[in-house]
Amino acid sequence: MSNDFLTQNQQNVRRKNFLIIATLIVLIVVTFVMSMNTGVIKLTPMEVIRTLFGQGDAQQQLILFQFRLPRIVIGVLVGMGLAIAGAVLQGISKNALADPGILGINAGAGLAVMLYISFFPTTKSVPVYLLPVLAFIGAGLTAVLIYSLSYKRHEGITPMRLILTGVAVAAGISSAMIVLTLRLTPENYQFVATWLAGSIWGSNWRFVLSLLPWLLILFPFIYMKSRVLNILNLGEVTSIGLGASIEKERRWLLAASVGLAGASVSVSGGIGFVGLIAPHLARQLVGANHQFLLPTSALLGGFLVLLADTVGRSILEPSEIPAGIVVAVFGAPYFLFLLARLKE
Amino acid sequence: MTASTGVEGLSDIAELQKQSHPIRGIVALILGVIGLVFAIGLAISLGAADISLSTVWTAITQFSPELTTHQIIHDIRLPRVLGAALVGASFAVAGAIMQGMTRNPLADSGLLGLNSGAAFMLAVCFAFFPGMPYMYLILWSFVGAGLGVAIVYGVGSLSKGGLTPMRLVLAGAAVSALLGALGEGIALYYRIGQDLAFWYAGGVSGTMWSHLRILSPWILVAMIGALMLSRSITLLSLGEEIAIGLGQRTVVVKVWGMVIVLILAGAAVSVVGAVGFVGLIVPHFTRYIVGHDYRWIIACSLVYGALLVVLADLVARTINPPYETPIGALIALIGVPFFLYLARKGGKEL
Repeated sequence: MSNDFLTQNQQNVRRKNFLIIATLIVLIVVTFVMSMNTGVIKLTPMEVIRTLFGQGDAQQQLILFQFRLPRIVIGVLVGMGLAIAGAVLQGISKNALADPGILGINAGAGLAVMLYISFFPTTKSVPVYLLPVLAFIGAGLTAVLIYSLSYKRHEGITPMRLILTGVAVAAGISSAMIVLTLRLTPENYQFVATWLAGSIWGSNWRFVLSLLPWLLILFPFIYMKSRVLNILNLGEVTSIGLGASIEKERRWLLAASVGLAGASVSVSGGIGFVGLIAPHLARQLVGANHQFLLPTSALLGGFLVLLADTVGRSILEPSEIPAGIVVAVFGAPYFLFLLARLKE
Repeated sequence: MTASTGVEGLSDIAELQKQSHPIRGIVALILGVIGLVFAIGLAISLGAADISLSTVWTAITQFSPELTTHQIIHDIRLPRVLGAALVGASFAVAGAIMQGMTRNPLADSGLLGLNSGAAFMLAVCFAFFPGMPYMYLILWSFVGAGLGVAIVYGVGSLSKGGLTPMRLVLAGAAVSALLGALGEGIALYYRIGQDLAFWYAGGVSGTMWSHLRILSPWILVAMIGALMLSRSITLLSLGEEIAIGLGQRTVVVKVWGMVIVLILAGAAVSVVGAVGFVGLIVPHFTRYIVGHDYRWIIACSLVYGALLVVLADLVARTINPPYETPIGALIALIGVPFFLYLARKGGKEL
């Protein structure tokens, strides 16, 4: 009897969660159409939809497919990547405030890309497929550095030390970046500064293609591990009892999340706080089960970046505000709010 | 620091460190002043054109405007070095006061959001009121510093567990990110990004006599205030209850302390931009040497902070000529490992 009730309850939760996911998809599609609508040349939503199905004229097709669509797609993908990376980091560190930006991983990826740009300054000919690889290496080295600096014998890693170390390493990396920016010519500087501020700058299909393989491999991998993440959430003692070889799983998941963050940063620069906000909101919507938490975080992340990019492009037309700045302006207060509520 | 060597000796050493060491204080102060004078002389004499120390001396004592070397010293190097000394002293004393008042080993104007607040306000002034006189720039950077610290403290006071070191650092990081993003947005929109970056990172190179004339009264008054307040800060650093028990009006002390910190950090940021870690490193160093009496800590922080930044500036312009390496980056080179060390210790020694 009680068993039936439980499954009934679970079914309700499932139904509610699927409904939330469906709503998010609808929201993304609506913002998508709105975003395609934003820009110097106005197209009505109807024109946008007609052009998408191959019914538009040449000019409309050019604007949509060559300029707006790749940028929007990149925004959504980057948001998804960062959100999943944040969800995984929060899951494996059991720290509600973990985020690739706060932990310094974005900074490491940014430094690697920036080193490359400043030594091979011809931004036009940068082989874009190399950028995510470089960013991954930079992010990976930074993650290893932070991990080993915050590791203490007999105590392992405490969340507080991990975060403090991340903040310090990020500070160190940003000062290295300041040294590099001063060497740049004004044109390159404007490029790098805009990129670092989190503008979806490299908006053409090549960037989409350079980002996509990473997501296509790492998303399913992480999703398959959602059970492991659930177990890790239960706490060390329980999860050892359940037989998960924690350290190994944790390292794989960490590597996957570093890969996602690195690849996203290489295309979009440092969009902070997405990896923090999206999983938090998702947890409030669908609960802590990673089977739902991961897809919901991804959708929320994609939605947030898309919305931020659309807002950034439209509030001060014809100038643009990088999406990263828009996200930070809303994300930092949310972070402060979480910080104030958090019990230590 | 030696306190962590043996467990049984720990309380004794902590007891010992709580006491003040006036003799060590005097020795440290004298050595610091000698070092500072020497460093200033060195910083004036070394550069694109090397000038002998004796010329430096005559240029200061018997200035003759016809000589080129005297002019270089008088117009470029001297204000720059004095600017570095003022900035270093200000950041260090501000850090010492904050660490004493909050009993927080990680307190520093950079980590508390003061520096980024001041820098943000300066970006606003650069963008919307280009050519604003320096006097008003400084006043606005005090306001900005106040804005930054108000947000960080606001978050701390709204929290259940109070302003713990970790919460402080994270709130400071978030506030810095927020104000940094806003400043960056303004800079990108008005295309003043590289100007600002040069000015943030350019350190004290642009310091002129006119700046010093406006700055030094503020800093001087704040320093005197800091020294007058130092006894009360020692009491406060023992814990709020103890300070109240000893008859101290802690609110008054905290308000004055905060005003002094805002003036010092705001003034320093208006010269060098958001340079962090000076206020973190120097007070720890001096506390290690002179013990826990803030009269000595503040006096020594003043001298050693000046020494640190004068030396950092000297290295910044000689390490890789003709480029100037940003001072902030150089100090981060020492500051980041030191911060990591403090974070590992978990802030046990305050």
